[in-house]
Amino acid sequence: MVVTRRNFLHVSALSGGSLLLGTFIGPKARAQQQRQQAPLDPNTFIRIDADGTVTLISRNPEIGQGIKNMLPMLIAEELEVDWKQVKVEQADFSEKYGTQTTGGSRAASNNWIPMRQVGAAGKMMLIAAAAKQWGVPESECYAAKGRVYHRSTDRSLGYGQLAATAATMPPPDMNSVKLKAATDFKVIGTPTTGVDVPQIVTGKPLYAIDITLPEMLYAQYVKCPVFGGKVVTANLDEISKMPGVRHAFVLEGKVKVGPLIEGDPGLEPGVAIVADTWWQANVARQKLKVEWNEGPAAQQSSAEFQRRADELSKQPAQRVLKNDGDVDKALGNGAHVIEGAYSYPFISHAPLEPRTCTAHFKNGKLEIWSNTQLPARGRTLVASNLGIAENDITIHLFRAGGSFGRGLTNDYMVEAGAIAQKVGVPVKLLWTREDDMTHDYYRPGGFHYLKGAVDDSGNLVAWHNHFVSFGEGEKFSSSAQIQPGEFPAGFVPNFRTDASVMPLMLKTGALRAPGANSQAFVMQSFIDELAYAAKMDPVDFRLQLLGQPAKSKVNEAAKPKVENEPAYHPGDKAKQAYDTVRMAKVLQTVAERSNWAQRSKLPKGTGMGVAFHYSFQGYFAHVAEVTVLPGNKLKVNKLWVCGDVGSQIINPSGAEAQVQGGVIDGLSELMHQEITLENGRVVQTNYNQHQLMALRQAPQVDVHFIPTDHSPTGLGEPSLPPVLPAVANAIFAITGQRIRALPLYKSGFSWA
Amino acid sequence: MATKLIVNGRETTVDASGDTPLLWVLRDVVKLTGTKYGCGIGQCGACTVHVNGQPQRSCITPLSAAANAKITTIEGISPDGKHPLQIAWQEVDVPQCGYCQAGQIMTAAALLAKHPKPSDADIDTAMSGNLCRCGTYLRIRAAIHKAAGMSNGAHAQRAALIGITTETEAL
Repeated sequence: MVVTRRNFLHVSALSGGSLLLGTFIGPKARAQQQRQQAPLDPNTFIRIDADGTVTLISRNPEIGQGIKNMLPMLIAEELEVDWKQVKVEQADFSEKYGTQTTGGSRAASNNWIPMRQVGAAGKMMLIAAAAKQWGVPESECYAAKGRVYHRSTDRSLGYGQLAATAATMPPPDMNSVKLKAATDFKVIGTPTTGVDVPQIVTGKPLYAIDITLPEMLYAQYVKCPVFGGKVVTANLDEISKMPGVRHAFVLEGKVKVGPLIEGDPGLEPGVAIVADTWWQANVARQKLKVEWNEGPAAQQSSAEFQRRADELSKQPAQRVLKNDGDVDKALGNGAHVIEGAYSYPFISHAPLEPRTCTAHFKNGKLEIWSNTQLPARGRTLVASNLGIAENDITIHLFRAGGSFGRGLTNDYMVEAGAIAQKVGVPVKLLWTREDDMTHDYYRPGGFHYLKGAVDDSGNLVAWHNHFVSFGEGEKFSSSAQIQPGEFPAGFVPNFRTDASVMPLMLKTGALRAPGANSQAFVMQSFIDELAYAAKMDPVDFRLQLLGQPAKSKVNEAAKPKVENEPAYHPGDKAKQAYDTVRMAKVLQTVAERSNWAQRSKLPKGTGMGVAFHYSFQGYFAHVAEVTVLPGNKLKVNKLWVCGDVGSQIINPSGAEAQVQGGVIDGLSELMHQEITLENGRVVQTNYNQHQLMALRQAPQVDVHFIPTDHSPTGLGEPSLPPVLPAVANAIFAITGQRIRALPLYKSGFSWA
Repeated sequence: MATKLIVNGRETTVDASGDTPLLWVLRDVVKLTGTKYGCGIGQCGACTVHVNGQPQRSCITPLSAAANAKITTIEGISPDGKHPLQIAWQEVDVPQCGYCQAGQIMTAAALLAKHPKPSDADIDTAMSGNLCRCGTYLRIRAAIHKAAGMSNGAHAQRAALIGITTETEAL
């Protein structure tokens, strides 16, 4: 593409300042982000050709969540260009773009203001350029559809004609940039088709797995089936002689196996096989014989975790995380006391594109082609593991063939870098599916031993949770924690959450809606049990718990998850608390839309379940209509989803897609997905053992958003968590069987 | 070992051992990367291509079994990227990550070749072996109906997004 003026715009402002932070990615990465907060320069986001073609740069990694439409739409809106005029390019990793992270459903809230400011600043400079050329005041000019007009004389100039002059205009102060009123939006709020879809449907190279470079070799990296196991010996001589094999060598690794594995532990030991083609490496791998020192992790098993959890549940808890009122007394006096032991398994991210990364090490510098969600942390990890200065590492970002949080960790980037360091030519590392499923950062399993009590008026008066999880001392394994403020904390006068942990020598991490994807199942199922104990309608019971309608309020005691709460709107603190009004509204609305009140008229064997959950700044309530056929064959007929993610749905097509996908993802987790350990090894190796829902099983999904007066927030995650309890609660309504353990197939259910 | 293939109408001779899966011949030898690797055991359908007009899992099809065969990949399903399914996939905005979609389209193309106006049941049967990790199934169904020239079907089931219903209907 011919670029007329790369330096078309230059605007300095600390627009990124307070907008980019989140604790989700951990203090180390956050400190690094703070260092990166140079002023955003719209030059780096907007390019205009002489023919008026506008190229907008999308800074965040695209993993299927639609960021590559959403971010440029924000710029295009304020820049006053037609979406049809716009081309979109993926940014490489560079400090000039500010933070380039995909995670925590944060893109909407983090970019809502800054990307629009970038667009608006561009428009102001184009107007200034036109005014100068005509010798008229800027106030007499306006911009529309890629042109600047002079109001009184009807003269106009296209952006392509103005770009060169615009570059000489003094940049506006970002804080003075006036943003459009929502009523004037033309691009925002209009459905746009994914910008890469034409390439996707014609099979053009787009993904990290598609990269081909001159002289490139293909690598496999064979790790011990037990996490962290070390290579004692390997038949490298034999492997080196296999057809097409160029290199076979051992990497010692940096990882330390202990009772607590946090974040990215570093390079794991293994054997690299580098060949002319990936299949040749794969054939050679079948002949590979490695003697492993499996280490202490080989003692672990899922059965032992369950046994130990039950044991811990009967002992005094190791810690108290939250303690309101007097739970023991209230349970003693409770009119209706119930107990339930809940559990959910480890599960794998299993994006369809297995881990892949290409790297080229030359003259002390490392060039990387990756589908990472967190390039900044990847670069730091590569630098620290391989002894290369961060400045000598370049990262190109590629569309990910799914990610769901898997790309938040960069183990495969380090492996590719380490292999490339040894071979000197470009090398594409590609894991097998089996590698991918057995060396994941798993969503941690967990155990909740719950007791609750309701009084004769249906009030939830006591709640006690002994949460048994993984970790060491006061630390939880990655993504294995519970937030002290987890709902219904703050809504129950006598409330205690205790925690006990056991060691885990396995990588764990964030899976789409981390925390929420398991906690919602437990909390909303047990709340359902309490509703039945109170002999109340499950929706009414929940509304009463939220304090509706009499006690509509923002509940200050129930702060939402700290990890989910970026300071996206400084001075907006009050709104960061759990907003019962917003939650009650989505709950009431979904009940109306699903005709909840009339559910007794459904045919025998068909029923409904309800659940709500706040996560990642989004308020969601779901109703599931389910049919249970003889033999526990399950058919989910329809999900009604009602969400409140603020004032504006930016791309309705993408928004709807994220909810539809969240529902189907949740149903896959509910029915089938489970990772188990035996002798320290992951048992499940492919999709036949860790199943995805199929097309014929997919329910109808009714998606409904309620606009409210809050900054827009993200949609990648918050629609998923209520899916599981909504369906589980429907199963109870139909069969009287309470689902307290996932996945469902273990209770004899299967899809109809 | 030299093996002759006719890939997207073009005769190609490849040098690879006969037990190499067709998938890896296409991707790493012929350098057509539109066909994707997902599972390697015929479970996910991301690698679906047509071999003599029949949809096949290229990850478990050895090169020797495809010798002299006519292979069609996503790159060759239409000369100009305007197969009705390719158009419908764009109009319905089917892909999320997009990684499985080449396989989805190849399977759907074989379905339409057999059943130009497939019912929902036909779609269930034909498409349920193609996994989509992102969960685009509702739109896949809608797009197949759209490509088949049907205006109703599951496509009518669109979200009622407050204030933007009209635009969404127009998808």
